[in-house]
Amino acid sequence: MRKLIAAAMTAGTMFFASPVFAQTPPNVLVVGQIAEPKSLDPHAVTAVNDFRILMNVYDGLTRYKDGTLEPEPALAESWEISDDGITYTFKLREGVTFHDGTPLNAEAVKFNFDRMLNEDHPYHDTGPFPLAFYFSSVDAVKAVDDLTVEFTLKEPFAPFLSNLSYPTGLIVSPEAVKEHGKDYGRSPVGTGAFRFEEWQANSRVVITRNEDYWDGAPPLEAVIYRPITDTNTRIAEMLSGGLDVMVEVPPDSLQQFRDDANFSVYEQAGPHVWFLILNMKEGPFTEKAVRQAANYAINKKALVENILQGTADVAAGPTPPAFAWAYNEELQPYPYDPDKARQLLEEAGYGGEELTFYVTEGGSGMLDPIAMGTAIQADLQAVGMKVNIETYEWNTFLGKVNPGLEGKADMAEMAWMTNSPDTLPFLALRSEAWPEKGGFNSGYYANEKVDELLNKARTSTDQDERAALYKEMQEIVQDDAPWVFVANWKQNAVTGANVENFKLQPSFFLMLQDVAKP
Amino acid sequence: MAAYIAKRLLAAIPVLFGLSIIVFLIMAMIPGDPATAILGSYATPENVARINADLGLDKPLPQQYLIWLGNLLQGDLGRSYALNRPVLDEVLERFSATLILAGTALVLCSILGLLAGVVSAVRQYGLADKVITVLVLIGISIPSFWLGLLLILAFAVKIRLFPASGMYAIYGGGDLPDLLHHLFLPALTLAVVATGVIARLTRTAMLEVLRQDYIRTARAKGLSERRVIYRHAFKAALVSVIPVIGIQAGFVLGGAVYIETVFQWPGIGSMLVNAISTRDLLLVQGGVLVVAAAYVLFNLAADVVQTLLDPRLR
Repeated sequence: MRKLIAAAMTAGTMFFASPVFAQTPPNVLVVGQIAEPKSLDPHAVTAVNDFRILMNVYDGLTRYKDGTLEPEPALAESWEISDDGITYTFKLREGVTFHDGTPLNAEAVKFNFDRMLNEDHPYHDTGPFPLAFYFSSVDAVKAVDDLTVEFTLKEPFAPFLSNLSYPTGLIVSPEAVKEHGKDYGRSPVGTGAFRFEEWQANSRVVITRNEDYWDGAPPLEAVIYRPITDTNTRIAEMLSGGLDVMVEVPPDSLQQFRDDANFSVYEQAGPHVWFLILNMKEGPFTEKAVRQAANYAINKKALVENILQGTADVAAGPTPPAFAWAYNEELQPYPYDPDKARQLLEEAGYGGEELTFYVTEGGSGMLDPIAMGTAIQADLQAVGMKVNIETYEWNTFLGKVNPGLEGKADMAEMAWMTNSPDTLPFLALRSEAWPEKGGFNSGYYANEKVDELLNKARTSTDQDERAALYKEMQEIVQDDAPWVFVANWKQNAVTGANVENFKLQPSFFLMLQDVAKP
Repeated sequence: MAAYIAKRLLAAIPVLFGLSIIVFLIMAMIPGDPATAILGSYATPENVARINADLGLDKPLPQQYLIWLGNLLQGDLGRSYALNRPVLDEVLERFSATLILAGTALVLCSILGLLAGVVSAVRQYGLADKVITVLVLIGISIPSFWLGLLLILAFAVKIRLFPASGMYAIYGGGDLPDLLHHLFLPALTLAVVATGVIARLTRTAMLEVLRQDYIRTARAKGLSERRVIYRHAFKAALVSVIPVIGIQAGFVLGGAVYIETVFQWPGIGSMLVNAISTRDLLLVQGGVLVVAAAYVLFNLAADVVQTLLDPRLR
C-alpha cells in the first residue's frame, strides 16, 4: 500500500511539473470577457459583451471615427441626404467581399435591413431582433444599382447615421444567413478585419486576421475571447498571465494593476449616465423643491471617489460629456449642500414622509448599486428624509421599474449607455415616453418645452441647431430635476505591458484593428 | 436484481415528471421574463410583447408546458432563448464537463475519506487520529468557493503550477494531460467537504465494527492485524458508508454549481445559474431534468452496490 501511494505521488509530481506555464503566444491576443456570447449575429444581440467581438468581425455602412461618437464612412464610401431629411443615398465601397467570398453590394445591404424590419421576409424567423427599433424610422430600402443603396425614412431622423454605426447596423453575409438559418449566430460571416474561426461553447471564440481587409490587414494574427463570469477568477487569470486584455476591472483591483509594471491600465469616459429616477406623479417628489433638495443632499463626489474609487465622474445633467458637441459645458453639477437641501425641504413643507427606494443588485452599467444605494440613503437621511430601500435582482428590478413607479416607489436607480445624445432623453424624458405609451419615462416627467426641444432636435439634420436645442434641454431638465444626476462611468481595461496601440473608445466598443502584440 | 433496477427506474419517471411541473411553475412565478432579460433597459412593454411573440411565450402557460412535454417525448428539449442553440446540445456538453469534475471529486473524496477514516479508527486517540480529526473539521467548515479562490491565488497566481480557470488550455492542449492539469484544483476543492463527511462516518462505522465479537474471534485466530482490518472490519464498515457516498454524490453535484463558477468550469452548474438569471426556461428545464436523473441514478447505483456487499439485503 505504502509503495503504491509513493509511486502514485511520484508519478503525479512528474506529471504536473511537466507543463511549463506558457505566456500567451505572440501576435495572439487573449481577451477576458464577462460572459459567454449570446450570439454572433449582430442583429440578434443587445450586450456590450457581444459587441466586443462583433465590431471586429463586421463593418457597418458607417462607423465611429476613432476616439469620437461621430459617424464616418465605412462600407459606404459616401452618402447624400435629401433636403427634407427623408432619403439617404449611400455609395458602397467597391470590391469589398464577405469572408465567404460573396460580394458586398446593394442587394446584400437591402437583405440585412429587410430581414430585421420586415416580418414577411423569408429570413425574419432567424431572429428575434431586439434592437430592430433602432431602424424603425426606415420605410424602405432600395438597391438602386450594384453599389448604390437608398433608404427612405418615414420622417426625418437625425440619429440615423449614428445608429448605422451601432452593432445593430453591422452588415452580415446574406448567403451565410441563408445557409445556416437559425444557427447563423454561431457561424458568423462579415466583412471585418477579422474572420470568424471557431466558437467552442463556454470556452473560447477565435477570430483570425482577414488578409484582404479593405482597410488594411490588422497586425494581430488572431484574437481569442474567453468568457470568465466570475470577477475574482478573471482577475486571477489576468494576474497569472492567462489573459492579455481584461475589461470592466472592479475599482478595488484597478489600483493593484496600476502599481504593477507588467500591466497597463486604460480609462475612457463614455456615453453613460447613472441617475435616480424620481416619481413625479405622487408623493414628496411631485414638488420641484424636494427633487432639487435630493440633488443637493447627495454627496456625489464622495460616491465617485469612495465607492467607485475614481472610476466615474460626477454627472451634471442628463447628457454625458462624451457626446461632446451636444453637451452643455456650462452646466455645473448640483453642489453637495445639505443645509440648502434642508432649507428647500422646509420651504416645500416636506413633513418627513417615508420614501421607498428601489435598488438593484447589479446589472448592465449599474456599477456598485447596493453600496451606492446605501450611501445615498444615508445622505438623504442626514437632511431628514426617511428612505426605505427595497433591493431586487436585475431582471426583477427592470420588471418593476420599466412599467413606471406609480403606486410602488418614490425613487429608483438607473443607468443608460447610448450611442447618440438623442436616444436617452427621447426614451426617458418626453411626456410621450411615459411607460403606458411605451417609453422609459418611469418617473412621469412632463415639460412641454422639453418635449418640443427634443422632437425638434431629433428631426433636424443640422448639427449646430441640434447642439443648441440639446444644450437648452439640459439646462431646463437640470433645473426641473426629474432625476438625481449622479455619475458618468469611465470604462476601463487592463492589458499586459507588451500589448501595443491599445485604445478604448467612447462608444465602449473594443476595436482591435490596430492593436499589436509582438 | 434486474427486476429491482427496472422497478426503481420506473419509479423515477413520475418523480422527474413532477419535477418538470414544479420547475415550470417556479420559473413562471419569479418576476421578469426572457424578453426583459434579452432587452435589458430597452424592455418597453411593446418590445417585450414583440419578443415574447417571437419566442412563443405569449401562449397560455399550460399550453406552453404541453408543447414542451410533447417535444420532450420526441427527444427535443427545445431551443435556449438566451444562447440561441438547441437545449439538448448545450445540456449534454455541459453535463459531461460536470460529470468529469464531479466524478473525479467523488473518486477523490471516497479514496481520501475512507483512508482517513480507517487510519483514524485504527489509531483511535493516537496522534494520527487527532491530526485527521482536526483536518476533517477544518475541511467540513471551510466554504469551498473561498477555498477555491485561495487555491487559485496560491497555485495559479503566486506559484504558477496550475491554470486559474477553464477546462482546457486556450491554445494547443485539448488532450488528457491538459484536462487533468485543469481538473486538479477544482476537483480537489469540490472533494474537500465530502472527504470530511466520509472520513467521519468511516471512522464511526469502523469503531463500531472493531468492537464486534467476530473481530475478536478473527484476532484470536491469529490473523494478521492488516487482514483483520481490511478483510473483515473494513468490508463490514463499507456497507454503512456506501449509501452515504451515494448521498455525497448528490452534494458534490450540487456543490459543483459554485465551484464551476469560481473555476469557470464549463459545467451544468454554471449553466443553470446563468439560465436562471436570464429566465431561460427551457434551458433550466433541460438542465434540472438531467441533474435530477443523474441524482436518481447515483442513488440507485449506491443501493445496488450496497446490496451486492451485504448479503442480508438480498
